[in-house]
Amino acid sequence: METTSPQNAKTMSIIVTKGTLDWAYPPFILATTAAAMDVKVSMFFTFYGLTLLKKKLDLQISPLGKPDMEMPMMGMHMKMPNLVAVLPGVNAASTTMMKNLIKKKGVASIEDLRAAAIESDVEFIGCQMTLDLFELDRKDMIDGMTLGGAATYMEKALNSHINLFI
Amino acid sequence: MADKTLDAKGLNCPIPILKAKKAIAEVPVGGTLEILATDPGAVADFQAFTRQTGHTLVEHSEAGGVYRFLIQRAA
Repeated sequence: METTSPQNAKTMSIIVTKGTLDWAYPPFILATTAAAMDVKVSMFFTFYGLTLLKKKLDLQISPLGKPDMEMPMMGMHMKMPNLVAVLPGVNAASTTMMKNLIKKKGVASIEDLRAAAIESDVEFIGCQMTLDLFELDRKDMIDGMTLGGAATYMEKALNSHINLFI
Repeated sequence: MADKTLDAKGLNCPIPILKAKKAIAEVPVGGTLEILATDPGAVADFQAFTRQTGHTLVEHSEAGGVYRFLIQRAA
């Protein structure tokens, strides 16, 4: 990779707290784009966000409790009532629908965006406490992750131009 | 004639920018990269990208739903 030019040595940190297929997008899109604009990026993955650093991603989406989720369908937009969203198979069907939309609209997969982030030297910090809390196995997580805690994040944040919580 | 052409048609945000970042590194300093895209958001994004990275957006145009950008590489 090109080294960051001194006049543009900006830094950004992102706290990633959500690990669903939809919410995985904002942090990875911003991280990869920032890196492409010569920004040094650190991502801190905590709670459900930490699942985004598993070697094998199996991201799902759930329409439950999401009155703002409108899926385009046959020229209309479909909102799903919670009463329907609780039914078995709805998450899987919604996930399939979302993945089809992603492919159809030329949107990158999370796997691709994560690979792009790694390639552009985005730093991944996994939350040690989350790993312990949810009994995740370090071996199941990608190699490029370092582990740290709140103080590790704070040091990054205090030295960053931009800090986001997603 | 650009030194290199990047066909980013059909690709959505942020892939055209990510691919442009890679492609611009493959043209010589002072050389030009032509980018073809269909994402309407690319118009604002390539202006912001070039302002921040120091590369020059020499020209941009649109014809038949295809946006064309010509970027000159800075150092």
